[in-house]
Amino acid sequence: MREMTVLIWVEHDNAAVKDATLATVTAATQLGEVVALVAGQGCGAVAAAAANIAGVSRVLLAEDEAYAHGLADNVAPLIAGLMADYDAFVAPATTSGKNIAPRVAALLDVMQVSEILSVEGPRTFTRPIYAGNVIATVESRDPKLVLTVRTTAFAKAAPTGGSTTVETIAGPGDAGLSSFVGAQIASSERPELTSAKVVVSGGRALKDAATFEAVILPLADKLGAGVGASRAAVDAGYVPNDYQVGQTGKIVAPEVYIAVGISGAIQHLAGMKDSKTIIAINKDEDAPIFQIADIGLVADLFEAVPDLTAKL
Amino acid sequence: MEYDVVIVGGGPAGLSAAIRLKQQDAGIRVCVLEKGSEIGAHILSGAVVDPRALDELIPDWRERDCPLAAVPVTDNRHWFLTKNGKFSVPHWLTPGWMHNKGTYTGSLGNLCRWLAAQAEELGVEIFPGFAAAEMLYDEHGAVRGVATGDMGVGRDGQPKDDYQPGMELHARYTLFAEGARGHLTKQVIAHHALDAASQPQVYGLGLKELWDIAPHKHQPGLVIHTQGWPLSDAYGGGFLYHQADGQVALGFVVGLGYRNPHLSPFGEFQRWKQHPEIRRCLEGGKRISYGARVINEGGWQSVPKLTFPGGALVGCAAGFVNVPRIKGSHTAMKSGMLAAEAAAAALSAGRGGDALDGYEAALRSSWVAKELRMVRNVQPLIARFGAILGTALAGVEMWMRTLGMGLPYTLAHHSDRGLSRKDAARPITYPAPDGVISFDRLSSVFVSNTNHEEDQPVHLHLADPALPIDRNLPLYGEPARLYCPAGVYEVTGQEEGDPRFVINPQNCLHCKTCDIKDPAANITWVTPEGGGGPNYPNM
Amino acid sequence: MKILVPVKRVIDYNAKPRLKPDGSGVDLSNVKMSLNPFDEIAVEEAVRLKEKGVAAEVIVLSVGPAKAVEVLRTALAMGADRAIHVQSDEAVEPLAVAKILKAVAGEEQPGLIILGKQAIDDDCNQTGQMLAGLMGRPQGTFASQVVVDGDSVLVTREIDGGLETVKLALPAIVTTDLRLNEPRYASLPNIMKAKSKPLATRTPADLGVDVTPRLATVKVAEPPVRGAGIKVADADALAAKLKDMGVA
Repeated sequence: MREMTVLIWVEHDNAAVKDATLATVTAATQLGEVVALVAGQGCGAVAAAAANIAGVSRVLLAEDEAYAHGLADNVAPLIAGLMADYDAFVAPATTSGKNIAPRVAALLDVMQVSEILSVEGPRTFTRPIYAGNVIATVESRDPKLVLTVRTTAFAKAAPTGGSTTVETIAGPGDAGLSSFVGAQIASSERPELTSAKVVVSGGRALKDAATFEAVILPLADKLGAGVGASRAAVDAGYVPNDYQVGQTGKIVAPEVYIAVGISGAIQHLAGMKDSKTIIAINKDEDAPIFQIADIGLVADLFEAVPDLTAKL
Repeated sequence: MEYDVVIVGGGPAGLSAAIRLKQQDAGIRVCVLEKGSEIGAHILSGAVVDPRALDELIPDWRERDCPLAAVPVTDNRHWFLTKNGKFSVPHWLTPGWMHNKGTYTGSLGNLCRWLAAQAEELGVEIFPGFAAAEMLYDEHGAVRGVATGDMGVGRDGQPKDDYQPGMELHARYTLFAEGARGHLTKQVIAHHALDAASQPQVYGLGLKELWDIAPHKHQPGLVIHTQGWPLSDAYGGGFLYHQADGQVALGFVVGLGYRNPHLSPFGEFQRWKQHPEIRRCLEGGKRISYGARVINEGGWQSVPKLTFPGGALVGCAAGFVNVPRIKGSHTAMKSGMLAAEAAAAALSAGRGGDALDGYEAALRSSWVAKELRMVRNVQPLIARFGAILGTALAGVEMWMRTLGMGLPYTLAHHSDRGLSRKDAARPITYPAPDGVISFDRLSSVFVSNTNHEEDQPVHLHLADPALPIDRNLPLYGEPARLYCPAGVYEVTGQEEGDPRFVINPQNCLHCKTCDIKDPAANITWVTPEGGGGPNYPNM
Repeated sequence: MKILVPVKRVIDYNAKPRLKPDGSGVDLSNVKMSLNPFDEIAVEEAVRLKEKGVAAEVIVLSVGPAKAVEVLRTALAMGADRAIHVQSDEAVEPLAVAKILKAVAGEEQPGLIILGKQAIDDDCNQTGQMLAGLMGRPQGTFASQVVVDGDSVLVTREIDGGLETVKLALPAIVTTDLRLNEPRYASLPNIMKAKSKPLATRTPADLGVDVTPRLATVKVAEPPVRGAGIKVADADALAAKLKDMGVA
């Protein structure tokens, strides 16, 4: 089998490479030689950093005002134009990767494989369907591949250890279809529950709204975490409806999910079981949450959580 | 909106009535309201179906892709279970009509989906996702239709952004086909004192699961009924039907007349599955659905007056279950058809808003009445004398009646509500679920696919909100925690000495047990927002 | 301006998918099916734009088997004006759906095409972006706000870590995220009215689209069951673990 040449999308903010890129590199190296595309404006430092990622064999840098905000309307033609030389295009399944990759696929007349969880063969991948309740193994019959990668399913490539060159390229620039107006990036505020890297959730054991606030929020603040709750805690009025994680609430899959005083009813698990690492703190050692938790702490949460917060 | 006939409930009785109306006169304007998100979503039954009524309604149903035709019953067994073993009850001990000859086993929900398609083809308007929430009476006290519930009302009772007020549906006749313990049926019966001359209705709680089983164990057409273990404080029994597509439907019915407040019908069902004879069938399989629903067990003596000005009761709303045969779909369908025929005749005579006396008379001289009279003393005998003696006596009674010589009188029922004090009753502990054969309530509710919009008023009304903790907890240990098969009711904070009664209405399976079994009749089940409740597939 | 809203009939979000015992796919027989929730939001947005006078007509379209008509009727009951059913008994992949939409858009010339960001069955999240690529028109995906302003539309997008706003020249393609709106309930009279609204039936072939799948499903399986991990003794040990993971 001839090894593929894979073009990957480097996710960045024109200043630094985002972590999602590292998992993407890992997935792409399972297919073949990895070439990283850095498209942006004033993002030379990003390209230099990308050149250091272990496993990246080449970096392409396309700088243009039109690429500054990663508008799919402008970057998709750039990528599609490069694809004559590549067998596959791989992007992280972040909101930016999900925005760009299908547009590239359409320009190439390729059916994309979304959010792959594993590479099973050169054209065979697993991916979640039905909100992760089913894992499908699919095989592409297209001449080229376009993939997005569930970043929590792949280890991060080492950000250093590689050393390759950066090659500057020119692209078609502004397609004249759209423009960037502005962004409100939540930085100091608490991250949104569904996109937070760390989530701290509380259950009915938290007693009341004031206790929930006093116990859960300081830990979440320390970790820069989003805050969730079980349905029982929402029903009991500790927190509003939109905190609810579970079957009928939000589905989250953060890097780390910390369940505090949550027994782990299947309705709750349905909303968080795809989290990369699950941590449970509960005084009932028979609580079902411990059957799926990667790290469990059997303890009275009213002592353990403030203690943990203090230690971080 | 104006109709000739509004039918409340899209089950076998309601849909049969709708079809019969259109067969009588295609010009009759018929509408069916169904609170489930789709037809079949709230239908739960065994089921072994006697096709007698279906043969009369749609004679060529077998040739029209009706899903019920897939699996005729080919092997009928009756087991009496002991803790670790079983006795097979020989066929010759039971009358021939108990042998399930000519019956079919399948999903009643799927039969209803098929009936709904037939009805729509005939021009019936079916509105799933709309609950009939309120009775409408005219100035003479006749029922003139129903109103659907408001949608988009918050938990606090205030309209939300998506508020959609309910609609009044007016009809010359309104047929109540809500099934057992319908919440409007309950009001109608009370309003018109329809049960003044009948025995109180009594109920059983039926719990059911659907399993994919190992292919080599699957024997389509085999139906098994069990009595005996594990029940000792209640009457009831289990069923296990090998149906289509490698699936078995299995379940357990517990008579709600039990007195021991420590009893959990759900716990009995889960324990029953661990019996070696049942477990053997399930091992290597996978549970795919769960649900629960009460069934009428009062039989003929509990059937209320069926008609009142402007409407009638059909199906399990009236209660036509043949208890020893554990069948009520055929009688429900027949009652719907008879009501439809009476309504069509009345409409063609230009009538409306009066009582459909023709239906009452037709039903009481139909094969439904004959069949139910035959078995009318079986349930009370078992309820009174227990499983072994009662079943034996009931068997004798059924044989005698088959031969034309039954008990010369009809036995009475006692209300289901009474409970012993918790200290006066035998404590029962249920084994912890193993997660393979037996399960806990919440993971069971999960596979019922039940859901309710969370921001809506609680649909389980407490007449006295303090009663669960002040009275039910000390006297009975608050039995709602145990009789509810969906974990709707909890008591929290007992450890801290601050017990609180918690209602989780989202879990509700619309089985109606709480409306029946609370010892003080403190809980009233009303319909939640339309579309809420279970979403049973193939149940 | 016309708005085209493509919709899909999918398993209801309350129902659980059941695998066929041979692992060849998901058994949907007698499972409750509904209008894809993101598409419901798209229909609602289009109807609101019509109610504001921004749009003159809302056309809904579904690619799928005969029963796809059910979700078109739902969309019509919510306020869409007419429907197009592109009949296909086989599953059609997003790329082919996008080609069908492009062909229909060529006939109808909508000013906006609003789609759900993804269907909750295959979770592809592709069709809108692909359509925009095929048509060479701008895309505003994962919208939480849509404001039409003359010959352009301002779309606020939900992105990782916040929101961003882009300005798209019309005609444009918008895909909806959950917070864009709260879809209305269809009322009984509107459900009745929907039955008589126009519904045209087309086929992929008469639109000139080859729907041969490009992806083959080798098998489907349940996700691996998570096992229990380790227990730590106290908060100190847990704090150390969190630090090791680099989250604290």
